[in-house]
Amino acid sequence: MPVQDRNGQKIWQRRSGRESLMHWIMWLIGVAIFAYCWHQISQATTWFFVWDAPRIANDIWTRATPPKWEYITQLGKPIWDTLNIATLGTIIALFLAVPVAFLAARNTTPSALFIRPIALLIIVATRSINSLIWALLLIAIIGPGVFAGVIAIAIRSIGFCAKLLYEAIEEIDETQVEAITATGASRWQVMAYGIVPQIMPAFAGIAVFRWDINIRESTVLGLVGAGGIGLQLSSSLNVLAWPQVSLILLVILAAVVISEWVSAKVRGAII
Amino acid sequence: MSAPDTADTTELSALLGKPWRKPAFVQRTWLRWTLILGFAAYLVAAYLTIEINWSRVYEGLERGKQFVLAFTNPDFVTRSGDIYAGMVESIIMTVAASVVGIAISIPIALGAARNVAPLPVYLICRSIIAVSRALQEIIVAILLVAIFGFGPLAGFLTLSFATIGFLAKLLAEDIESMDRVQAEAIRASGARWSQWINYGVQPQVMPRLIGLSIYRIDINFRESAILGLVGAGGIGATLNTSFDRYEYDTAAAILILIILVVMALEYLSGIIRARVQ
Amino acid sequence: MLRLEKLVKTYKTGDQALKAVTLDIPEGQVLALIGPSGAGKSTLIRCINRLVQPTSGTVHLGDVELTGLSSGALRRERRRMGMIFQEYALVERLTVMENVLSGRLGYVPFWRSFLRRFPQTDVDEAYRLLDRVGLAHMADKRADELSGGQRQRVGICRALIQDPALLLVDEPTASLDPKTSRQIMRLICELCKERGLAAIINIHDVALAQMFVQRVIGLRSGAVEFDGPPEGLTPDVLTSIYGAEDWEATIEKVDDEDEAAV
Repeated sequence: MPVQDRNGQKIWQRRSGRESLMHWIMWLIGVAIFAYCWHQISQATTWFFVWDAPRIANDIWTRATPPKWEYITQLGKPIWDTLNIATLGTIIALFLAVPVAFLAARNTTPSALFIRPIALLIIVATRSINSLIWALLLIAIIGPGVFAGVIAIAIRSIGFCAKLLYEAIEEIDETQVEAITATGASRWQVMAYGIVPQIMPAFAGIAVFRWDINIRESTVLGLVGAGGIGLQLSSSLNVLAWPQVSLILLVILAAVVISEWVSAKVRGAII
Repeated sequence: MSAPDTADTTELSALLGKPWRKPAFVQRTWLRWTLILGFAAYLVAAYLTIEINWSRVYEGLERGKQFVLAFTNPDFVTRSGDIYAGMVESIIMTVAASVVGIAISIPIALGAARNVAPLPVYLICRSIIAVSRALQEIIVAILLVAIFGFGPLAGFLTLSFATIGFLAKLLAEDIESMDRVQAEAIRASGARWSQWINYGVQPQVMPRLIGLSIYRIDINFRESAILGLVGAGGIGATLNTSFDRYEYDTAAAILILIILVVMALEYLSGIIRARVQ
Repeated sequence: MLRLEKLVKTYKTGDQALKAVTLDIPEGQVLALIGPSGAGKSTLIRCINRLVQPTSGTVHLGDVELTGLSSGALRRERRRMGMIFQEYALVERLTVMENVLSGRLGYVPFWRSFLRRFPQTDVDEAYRLLDRVGLAHMADKRADELSGGQRQRVGICRALIQDPALLLVDEPTASLDPKTSRQIMRLICELCKERGLAAIINIHDVALAQMFVQRVIGLRSGAVEFDGPPEGLTPDVLTSIYGAEDWEATIEKVDDEDEAAV
């Protein structure tokens, strides 16, 4: 009972003595871990640079402003490439994610013992690894360029889309599926009439949501050589052309804001 | 009764013999075809502008096969020192950045909830969130590396900043959609603002705060794996080197470690979320 | 026409839902299946078209034995058994017309059904059925825009367009208000008479069952407790099916309602 008897008076406390002790120990451990982490970070830091940071930041700011506006004429093709990486990557990912999701969902998987774990492994493996790392890998394999970017985005998106989709498949209303089965429909017909209509809204929402994220991710894929506007960013950074960098950052910002607006509009229209 | 009956039968006979089509998703014909043709034209244009060097791709398949095979035989040993240091640094950055990011995002979330904060505070907090969300981690990391120099400090700051945008936005939305009655009951008892937040708001948003925080730790770890590419510390630098040297077995080992840590975090978050809800 | 022999269903949990049920239903007979919740009414219906796999026993539909069929042959036989569900079980995001036409899925190849290119005869039949239940003007509405009674009418159309020999009806009125319940029951029974269909109507409302059917089966914990005409449902019989209760009121109420209906 969290009520203490002190000098004959009952004092209500939120936690009993033992609980509050445990609580304090947990906090202490947490603080100790954080202190250790901070210590490690500060050891690996050259503090001289950090104290100098305001001056450097100010220096970069004065160099980067005003942005070199006329440079925008050279950004048309990179922006187009970026859009293509995101859109084509999303489309390929959706084509691959649909079968993976059906194999991973408990109620549609052909074999819960063998196939489902494989599908789940595909989902977790593609999801855990950032598209930049996939891009690095693909560049090593198929060479730099937009194509590597498209595939990197596609692979990264499979797990994301398939996870959300299989959760949607597991939440469907089974009686509707039962009703279609009872008419004598084949396995594929049951899928087309009983399951697909039920997950269609989720599918559309996931597609647009992921496209929005992919626009963001494809803007930086160029940093490792996978095409798009990131290539220009990387080469401008290499020659310390700060006015170009600031213009590219503004363009990326605009692209992100526009894609978010478009995806919000489309999602509103679908649902 | 006979009059409506005949009307019905004529209505029926008007329908019989006519083919039936599912009503289209886009009702207006011209708009539907514009959308379909426009999308097809875009796909063709996009495909044509991507230069694919098929012979290069074909050559690469061999290396791709080697990489896939490397997963069956990952090499944890040769560069174990680098891998260990990189993983520890990634985890340290994740932990420190999550703690600081979560701590800062709570007041900002309160400030960004219209039903809690006054208008000027609301606008300031919302713009902080907007900036943080619009800038990707990797770009922030580039700028911070330029300012603070190489090392985990830049990565730590990047992840903290990104955490603020993510967590504060979702938390603010949660605060805005909370049950007004409960919060007002506390306020009616004459509580000060801080007490009101503590007793009226906090209990309602706490489960979601914990769930989101754990999710964000997961994301922070995944992001920390790429910050090394631009010199902001963590496992990414080791990974990048191993790709550059075509040491696929080491790269496979690092990727397996990342996947394992993410899986462990997801498992943990499942348990914790089940406990708080 | 339909013959069940020693049908047993034991669930994995060990619950015995059906204990050797034997039943013979002649052509064109409408039969009500009554009994308390958990008596195995739903399981019995689902064992006939094998939505639930019976543990042992046989089911004959005409000359065909259903329990041993391969999945392809089972699908062909399922076309002869229309099913109507408690919660309507319409595919809510499809149109009324698609829901009705989905009853023809067993007859058309996959590509036709996928492209919604059903044969003209099927479309005409769908319109006729929808017109018969008074919903022809709703054909292009989405199923989730309909009221409960309207949805159940669409469900009936979906079952009838299969051109079945037998209707399996699972609690058709459980989600409906009393007036709509009666309309739906009357509609089902009329349609069965028009088309000479046999039907098993699984229903918990004894009074409603007595109003419409020729034969009543009382099920109690998986075994047939009563089999006879509706007049045979005396208070003693009802007590043996459901347990002790004052049954006079229920039966009297039925008589009153019958008079009112006439």
